[in-house]
Amino acid sequence: MAEIIENYAEMEEDTLKDRYLTFLIEKESYGIEVRYITEIIGIQPITKIPELPEYVKGIINLRGKIIPVMDVRLRFKKEPREYNDRTCIVVVDISDVSIGLIVDSVSEVLTIPEQDIVDPPSMNRGFNNRYIKKIGKVGNEVKLLLDCGKLLTEDELEIINDAI
Amino acid sequence: MSNEYSNDPILDMFLFETTQLIEQFEQSILASEKTSCFTSEAINEIFRIMHTIKGSSAMMMFDGISAIAHSIEDIFYYLREENPNHIDCSALSDLVLEGADFIKDEVDKIKNGNNTDGNADELLNSIKGFLSDLKGGNPAGKSTKARKLNAFKAVIYFEEGCEMENIRAYSVIHKLKSMADDLSYIPENIIDDDSSVDVIRRDGFKLFFKTDCSREKTQELLMQTVFLKDLELEQLNDVDLKQFNGPQQVVEEETPQYVHNDNRSHDEKGSPHDSASAKQSIISVNVDKLDKLMDLVGEMVISEAMVVQNPDLKGLELDNFQRAARQLHKITSELQDIVMSIRMVPLSATFLKMHRIVRDMCKKLDKKVEFKIIGEETEVDKNVIEHISDPLMHLVRNALDHGIESNEERLSKGKPDTGNIIIEAKNAGSDVLIIVKDDGRGLNKEKILRKAKENGLLYKSEEEMSDNEIYNLIFMPGFSTKESVTEFSGRGVGMDVVIKNIETIGGAVSAASMPDMGSTITMKIPLTLAIIDGMNIKVGSSCFTIPTVNIRESFRPNENDIFTDTEGNEMIMVRGQCYPILRLYKLFNVNTHITNPSDGILIMTEQDDKTICIFVDEQLGQQQVVVKALPEYIRRFKKTKGLAGCTLLGDGSISLILDIAGLIGLRE
Repeated sequence: MAEIIENYAEMEEDTLKDRYLTFLIEKESYGIEVRYITEIIGIQPITKIPELPEYVKGIINLRGKIIPVMDVRLRFKKEPREYNDRTCIVVVDISDVSIGLIVDSVSEVLTIPEQDIVDPPSMNRGFNNRYIKKIGKVGNEVKLLLDCGKLLTEDELEIINDAI
Repeated sequence: MSNEYSNDPILDMFLFETTQLIEQFEQSILASEKTSCFTSEAINEIFRIMHTIKGSSAMMMFDGISAIAHSIEDIFYYLREENPNHIDCSALSDLVLEGADFIKDEVDKIKNGNNTDGNADELLNSIKGFLSDLKGGNPAGKSTKARKLNAFKAVIYFEEGCEMENIRAYSVIHKLKSMADDLSYIPENIIDDDSSVDVIRRDGFKLFFKTDCSREKTQELLMQTVFLKDLELEQLNDVDLKQFNGPQQVVEEETPQYVHNDNRSHDEKGSPHDSASAKQSIISVNVDKLDKLMDLVGEMVISEAMVVQNPDLKGLELDNFQRAARQLHKITSELQDIVMSIRMVPLSATFLKMHRIVRDMCKKLDKKVEFKIIGEETEVDKNVIEHISDPLMHLVRNALDHGIESNEERLSKGKPDTGNIIIEAKNAGSDVLIIVKDDGRGLNKEKILRKAKENGLLYKSEEEMSDNEIYNLIFMPGFSTKESVTEFSGRGVGMDVVIKNIETIGGAVSAASMPDMGSTITMKIPLTLAIIDGMNIKVGSSCFTIPTVNIRESFRPNENDIFTDTEGNEMIMVRGQCYPILRLYKLFNVNTHITNPSDGILIMTEQDDKTICIFVDEQLGQQQVVVKALPEYIRRFKKTKGLAGCTLLGDGSISLILDIAGLIGLRE
């Protein structure tokens, strides 16, 4: 009986572990761990808030909750693009901070086992490398797995750096 | 030791109850100390409180707390029963307040999920020591009346056939216990030994005892024994008694004697203690539920607006509908008011805590201070209360430490030697004002300026600063004119705490003073955090909301009335007064066609006696809005002021709420 319960618990964990939601920005495929993601919604009207960094587009009303949204393209210093009907907002929740990430399009949820995950090459240059936690191999393709926490908290340091 | 995290409802209950009881306990002690006597109601109340705490903490396995509560309970039991003549009220209060502090600390540790590892041995010893001193000074019970003790020997014969003589004999013993001392009897082992029955039947039940009752009374009492056939009662002198004393002497507990009225002279001094806990029907509710209720009511306000202002209904003539809508609005407003008032808690609890602080500090600093509270029934939101007690404590400490001078200094200045500290709370419009006033030496302008210069805190040149601005320098972090750090103040941290806490709830602090007359610190706190009346305005495609309380008037300006000064700041003349203009689209970088003032609207807004005119495209209408805070993430970026929050409009879109005070600050 105890084994069954144990297995069940493991199974439950497994439904979230090693599962990544992949989305496209330009031609690159990025992945975020599913356990951080609350929901995925289509693009909706954003209320701008003045005096914020460019990549923070503003806030949206999600069923009564006010959620800030960040354009991942601009965050990764790529060219901005018009939002179309494939553009999605991925709402993530990290230590009780909710934020929406605007992505070009959402692909699918993949299970990437641990053995297929490697560390990124340690290059200190390059903006993106800060946010890439690991690199996952799926078939012939490579998915860049993001560190959500860094996406949010690194901002402050940046602002100070930019200001200098 | 219980390690449960406070998901446990029983633990929650215990913590809540114990905290309440300790507060009541402190109040009682402080009040009694003030009148320097412990009235019987006070003693009873205190005893009850400690008894409850002892029981509940023992049940929760917090032995440390239970032990302290027990020892304090012992003291007050003694006080209740014996009512000794000399009680050193001050020392007793100090001691039991220390006990209360210990219990408070332990409770805090439990709340934080730590172990209750406080060592109360020293405190226990001092409390027990105090009690034995009390007892020593008043030999227990028998001092009050000189008693003449008579020694008796009684032999009781029971009727034949009544059976169970040993039990009956035991009931005689029991009856005699209450009025006799030194009781011994033959046969001794009446309960366990059945052979004693035979002894009693044969020789009768022999009793030896001393009592202060007269022979007649004793006889009467013994004659009441059931199935008594015969009674022989003899008065003895002490020597005879000792001869008959069997090996087993009944050791009596010292029966506490009830002291009679002529000793209750204490009561005349103390007026009847009004029990602070008024017997209202009170129910304690989880704050989470209240929060959810508030949120839902807020959503309902929005939904109601969505229904009533629905674009589908635009332009239609719907009389019945309008009437029904008005009715709905009335009910919704009332519901909203009541829900808001549920969360309102009177400030009295917080203010009463200050008594303790004043008392402790007065003793330590050796100053005499009269502490007054005005307007404690003023209510504020529950969230606000939590953020007020720390600042208030700091302000009171400052007043006592910096403000009130020593007794000699006061006398030399011609002031009464007892200082005054007054805490006042009152409603002022949509804010609550909490004022801490003292009649001490006031704020020293030169010292403040000097210290500010030293720490590089001056943002304006000295001459330009008004008195008020100088006084408000004390709120800057790191500021203190105290030369050395004491236990109470001098680190420059207290005022910073005050500011931070007050700003968290959206309030403001200001200071005013007169040299040698005293200082006044005012905390202004907004009443309702959540729902305000707002005027919706449009700039370009963005919507903003201005709180109605800030709006004085709105109008379409004439081009000629607007002029620019040398630094490029725009201003407008209205009825002889000059007001600065703020172009919202410029400030917030919004695209809009309307750049000509005479095409848009100027809204004259004010805050704290400062007025500014805001230039917008158009006014949309007035509405009750639910204030939602900007997301934490956004707030991290917000170094500029100007936005107080956001709200959801009837059609689901978001409108940003302007913070007029912030905008005015930007302009200056």
